Amino acid sequence: MTENLNVFAVRTLTQKEYFSPGHRSCQGCAEALAVRLVAKALGRNVIVANATGCMEIVSSPLPYTAWRVPWIHVAFENTAAVASGIESALKVLMRKGRIPRKKIVTVAMGGDGGTADIGLQALSGALERGHNFLYVCTDNEAYMNTGIQRSSATPFGAATTTSPVGRVQMGQITWKKNMPAIAAAHNIPYVATACPSYPIDLVQKVKKAADIEGPAYVHILSVCPTGWRTAPELSIRLGRLAVETGIFPLYEVERGQYRLSVDFPKLKPVKEYLKLQGRFRHLTDEMIAEIEKRVHAEYEQLRAKAGKGS
Amino acid sequence: MTKPESEWTWKELSIGNVVLEPGNASEYRTGDWKTLKPVLNKELCIHCGLCYIFCPDMAYNLNEENYFIADLFYCKGCGICAKECPTGAITMVLEEEEK
Amino acid sequence: MAKRIGMEVSIAAAEAVKQANVDVISAYPITPQTHIVEHLAELVANGDLDADFFCVESEHSALSVCVGAAATGARTFTCTSSQGLALMSEITYIASGLRLPIVMIVSNRTLSAPLSIWNDHSDVMSIRDCGWIQFFVENGQESYDHVFAAYRLAEENSVLFPVIINMDGFILSHVIEPIELIEQGKIDQFLPPYQPVHQLHPDHPVTMGAFALPAIFAETKKAQEEALRSSMPKIIETWKAFGDMSGRYYHPVETYQAEDADTLLVTMGSYGETASVAVDKMREAGRSVGLVKIRLWRPFPFDDLKKATLHAKQLVVIDRAISVGACGPVASEVKAALYGNDQRPSVYNFVAGISGRDVTPSDFVKMVDKAEIEIAEGNKEGFEIYGVRG
Repeated sequence: MTENLNVFAVRTLTQKEYFSPGHRSCQGCAEALAVRLVAKALGRNVIVANATGCMEIVSSPLPYTAWRVPWIHVAFENTAAVASGIESALKVLMRKGRIPRKKIVTVAMGGDGGTADIGLQALSGALERGHNFLYVCTDNEAYMNTGIQRSSATPFGAATTTSPVGRVQMGQITWKKNMPAIAAAHNIPYVATACPSYPIDLVQKVKKAADIEGPAYVHILSVCPTGWRTAPELSIRLGRLAVETGIFPLYEVERGQYRLSVDFPKLKPVKEYLKLQGRFRHLTDEMIAEIEKRVHAEYEQLRAKAGKGS
Repeated sequence: MTKPESEWTWKELSIGNVVLEPGNASEYRTGDWKTLKPVLNKELCIHCGLCYIFCPDMAYNLNEENYFIADLFYCKGCGICAKECPTGAITMVLEEEEK
Repeated sequence: MAKRIGMEVSIAAAEAVKQANVDVISAYPITPQTHIVEHLAELVANGDLDADFFCVESEHSALSVCVGAAATGARTFTCTSSQGLALMSEITYIASGLRLPIVMIVSNRTLSAPLSIWNDHSDVMSIRDCGWIQFFVENGQESYDHVFAAYRLAEENSVLFPVIINMDGFILSHVIEPIELIEQGKIDQFLPPYQPVHQLHPDHPVTMGAFALPAIFAETKKAQEEALRSSMPKIIETWKAFGDMSGRYYHPVETYQAEDADTLLVTMGSYGETASVAVDKMREAGRSVGLVKIRLWRPFPFDDLKKATLHAKQLVVIDRAISVGACGPVASEVKAALYGNDQRPSVYNFVAGISGRDVTPSDFVKMVDKAEIEIAEGNKEGFEIYGVRG
């Protein structure tokens, strides 16, 4: 196991928090934890643009804010465009001497809906234009803020309020959109996946992404006890299982080069991950086998890209 | 202290409703959402800090004796810390009614 | 007096944006706005304007880029038309709510369907209530001039609202007119660099765009409404200062031969010039007709409009858009302005020239003829689409 996956190195991290307590996320919200860790990694010299969604709502009920760094929320689908404007303004104002020159990282954050669905166009535009910014997707695999509706990032089989389990259809019938691959297809300098169950790895990837000149994209799997119908205390364990089963592999794509952050010679059965979640309760053995087959195939494809093909 | 939303007049709002006090959410008690609270057995604690780093609510702080202790003003009682503690030093117990 | 130069109105507007020394420009191409952004792209590419220019992937993003940049303290510009404005619509409300001094030129064009690239005001009427200060200009000179007035006004600490300059597509945007350019030195004095009240920067971490529970939402709207209403004296002051600098003075409502007129034409935008020719013709024929031009659409100048119209017997309001199922939007506002007065003129409303159909001086005469007859026959609240066949 590489050093960045050693959770016991936590005391090497700063104790400063830039996302304050008193935010109103649900119990055991790993998305709030992801945001906390991202903020910790970024430090104070940052400006955050946040898409509409859970993290926006839990952190900014007027007149309160959980943000200790400059932060703006505009709308749902345009966060990458707002960040483009921030990045551009910083550049121009520094060039014209209206604000002092120093490194200020521009960050856009959105959930899976705000990224893979409604915000995809703005994100693609911003990545293509080459703005020097970091986009963080905190992916909890459905529209949790509006009441657990399916998104294109909802995994196959998952029950949501708009992909319900009915007599003829069993949950989500489509496969999760591969958002990191879409980001990577823009030939940006850095793409990574992360999960707060691996906090050191997450922090290091965010720091690296922030330091890189040009667009960077970090996709963070964020367990949602409310939407996944899971016990709140299992949020960290579930993230770990997502990685260990190969369902959510941790990897980086640096200037086109794939690298697995952790590689498992033998993946855990996907059932270990699925069985803990109410949203998958209805899955038949055949469906689980189908999921496993696809997960293994995709994992092998990823290994091959990382030069570890069997 | 920030006034709660129901006490603001329109004249008091900043232009564009900008919030000028960074992190003032920390005045907001989320601790009363919980039914279970974490209790630390110091004899088992190895000071690893996993409870601290995995807490989604920033409830854990390092005290002078080098223990991470949950601030019950914020702790929502999710139980992640107890679940993730490698030595089983944290247990979730029913919170007594506040007197 | 400075020399007048023949130039396309879109180019003149773009030159004004350059002279306003903007920092960030973001736009998406749509006819008939394109000449403005093309010229700005050229100015940036040639190093004549030190700004970032982004031709983004949609109008929604174009305005969103401006929002992000303005919140960070930059002077920003965008322009659009028609469907583009409709796509931006969501963000227009937010830019006002966040009180960001963005300036946008709308090269007015018809909204689909059917698709039409030609001029009318249906695009901007679709975002009538978005909380921007909105001007209508009548000719090329005014298009150029209003860019400076718009920035100065938008960035006033006591105002801080985004501003739309409505400029009729093709009718203004694509014609060559004599324009008197203002020396850069005067512009720099009139329009110093933008000093934001709040700005995204790590040295003073603020939160912008917090959401409001019902317990505080009404207070936020009241604050916005009061601020937009009370921008009126600042608008007048800004036009006065502009006039002192340029010699050209502008007012919320302007009149032509109106003081003693029994019948008043009421128009907005480029109609003004054509209508004034019609007024001259009718005056020559001995008819008591005048013209009232609304320059300021939001905040709506209720008092100025009353002052200009209450003495008349009838108003002939010419709208260039239709609120389907109601009437022309300008007529609605005019009627609302007059309602509180016991003695008030009748209001006859024509929707004319939609989708760029030509409206000539003789059309104005015909509309006045028709309105006077109808009103005399007791139809005091007429509404019709002018010139429709069948």
